[in-house]
Amino acid sequence: MKSLIQPVIAVILLSMTMPLLANDLLMVRTSQTFPEAMLALQTSIKEHGYNITRVQRIDVGLTGKGYKTDKYRVVFVGKPEEIKYLVDKYPVLAAFMPPQISIFAEEEDTVLITANPSIYADMIDDEKDKVIFRRWESDVYSVFDDLRNAAAE
Amino acid sequence: MRMRIYIFLVALLFSVNADSAPHGDQLYVTHCSSCHGLDGMGGVGVPIALTSFLNSVSNEFLKKTIRHGRPGRIMPAFAYLSDAQLVAIVKYIRSWSDKPAPVEDTTTIVGDRKRGQQLFTKYCIRCHGEDGRGGQGTGVTLSRKRDLPIIAPALNNPGFLAAASDVMIRDTIMLGREGTPMTSMLVAGLSEEDINDIVSYIRSWQKSSIESIQMDRHARQEPPVIVMDSPYGLDETVENLKQAIIDQNFTLIRVDYLEHGLVEEGKENKKQVVVHFCNFDFLFHALAIDPRVGMFLPCRVTIIEKDGKVQLSTINPKRLSKLFNNQELDQACDEMYGVYSKLLEDATL
Ligand code: HEC
Ligand code: HEC
Repeated sequence: MKSLIQPVIAVILLSMTMPLLANDLLMVRTSQTFPEAMLALQTSIKEHGYNITRVQRIDVGLTGKGYKTDKYRVVFVGKPEEIKYLVDKYPVLAAFMPPQISIFAEEEDTVLITANPSIYADMIDDEKDKVIFRRWESDVYSVFDDLRNAAAE
Repeated sequence: MRMRIYIFLVALLFSVNADSAPHGDQLYVTHCSSCHGLDGMGGVGVPIALTSFLNSVSNEFLKKTIRHGRPGRIMPAFAYLSDAQLVAIVKYIRSWSDKPAPVEDTTTIVGDRKRGQQLFTKYCIRCHGEDGRGGQGTGVTLSRKRDLPIIAPALNNPGFLAAASDVMIRDTIMLGREGTPMTSMLVAGLSEEDINDIVSYIRSWQKSSIESIQMDRHARQEPPVIVMDSPYGLDETVENLKQAIIDQNFTLIRVDYLEHGLVEEGKENKKQVVVHFCNFDFLFHALAIDPRVGMFLPCRVTIIEKDGKVQLSTINPKRLSKLFNNQELDQACDEMYGVYSKLLEDATL
C-alpha cells in the first residue's frame, strides 16, 4: 500500500507546482514605465542565467521611416550551450533561436510577450530534450513574476 | 489500515485545496490584466470594468466568455482554468461594481429574422461590420491613438454567441453601454419589436457553437517552418538571399551569426547565418493589427551549412498566426507566407 501512496503524493505535489496547460503566448503587464520595465527585464533575465544576445529597437526603425509608434523593443535571449545544442540537433528549431521577448509601452503601462517555449517542445520528439523547454517556460513565469513584483515595490 | 490511508489522502487533498483556494485578484492579474488592463479599463482587450457592462451581464455570461474565448478575435479560450478559478475571477471582476449580478435569463426571443437583417444593416453595420464580424482591430489602445473609441466586438463570433443569452443581447441593444460608443437603441428610436427582430437575426449566425470553437483548435496543422535546400555554397546563398530581399523591396537590416551575443565575438559558428530584413510599411500595419506580432519581427531567414549541405529556413507565418487567435492577422500572415516562400525560392534558384 505504501508504494501506492508515494506516487499519488508525488502527482498531487507536481500538479500544484506546474500549470497543467497554458496559452501559446505568455504575456505580462506591469505598471512600470517602459525604461523601468526594460531594466527590470534585463536584470531578471541575467539573474536567471540567460544571455541577452541583442536588443532590437523596432520603434527606432519605424520612426526613422516616418511612422509614429510607441516604444517597442525585441529582446533576444538564450543560454549559449543550450542554443548550440538545440540548433545543431534540430534544424526545425533554427529559425526560432534564440527566442525573443517583445516589450512595448501601452500608455503608462508596459506589456511583455513571448511565445510559450512549450511550442518548441511540440516540434521535437525526444522527451529528454523537451525538459529544456519546460525549464524555459518556468523561467519565463519566474521572470514575469519578477516584473510584477518590481512594479509592486 | 485502508481507512486510515483513505482519510489521509482526503485530508491531503483538502489541505491542498485550502492552500490553493483560487484568489480571483491574482488570477486576474496573471491571466487577464495583460490585455484588459490592471484596472479592467482595457488595452489590447475591451474594457470590462465599466458598470454599464457589468450591470447588464450575468456571471454565466462572464464564465462562458472566459471559457470559450472569442475565436479569431484575440480573446483566448481559457480551457485550462478550473471552474473554481473561473468563479474566483468572476467574483473579482464583480467587485468593480456595487450592484448585484443580473440573473441569467435564458428565455428564447422570437422575432422576424429578415426584418432584423434590414435593421441591422441600417443601424449596426457601420460599427459591428458586415455579418456582425466586428470592427477592425480590437480593444482600446494598442498602437491606436489613445482617444479613439472602443472597437465594436464581433457579434457573429461563436464564443460570443455561446456565452450570450437572447435576453442579454436584447438588453444590451435596448440600454446600450454608457461610456462606450454602444448607445441605447431605444433612445435611437427603435421599438422593442425591432430589437427582438435584430436579436433573432444575430442568433441566426450561431452554428453548432461548440463545434466551431473546436474547429479552430484543429487549425494548427501547418508545419512550423518553411525550409528550402540550396544548391549553392553558404556565402553564395547569403548573397542570393540579400539580392532577393532587395528585389522584393525589403530593407536589409543586417546579416549576423546565429550565435551573435551568445559566444565571444569571433568565436561564433560561421556556418549558421541569420539575415534580418524588414518592410517598414508592412511592419507598421502588422503592429497596428496586433502589437504582439513584434515578437517575431523583424523578418529573418536562417541559413545553415551542415555536412556540406546548405539549408534555408524561416518561421512559417501561417503557423504563427494560430498563436495569436486573431483572424485579421491571418490575412497578413498568409501574405507573409507568400513573401517568405518567394524569397527562399529566389535565393535557391
Ligand atoms: C490576449 C488578450 C486577452 C486576454 C489575455 C484576455 N482577453 Fe478578454 N478580450 C480580449 C479582446 C480583444 C476582447 C474583445 C473581442 C472582440 O472585440 O470581439 C475580449 C473580450 C472579453 C470579454 C467580453 C466583453 C464584452 O463586452 O462582452 C470579457 C468578459 C473578457 N474578455 C474577460 C476576460 C478575462 C476575465 C480574462 C482573463 C481570464 C481575459 N478576458 C483575457 C482580449 C483578451
Ligand atoms: C457607434 C458604434 C456602434 C453602433 C452603431 C452599434 N454598436 Fe453595438 N457595440 C459597440 C461597441 C463599441 C461595443 C462594445 C462596448 C463595450 O466595450 O462594452 C458594442 C457592444 C455591443 C454588444 C455586446 C457585445 C459583447 O461582446 O458583449 C451587442 C450585442 C451590440 N453591441 C449590438 C449592437 C446592435 C444590434 C446594434 C445596432 C442596432 C449596435 N450594436 C450598434 C458599438 C456600436
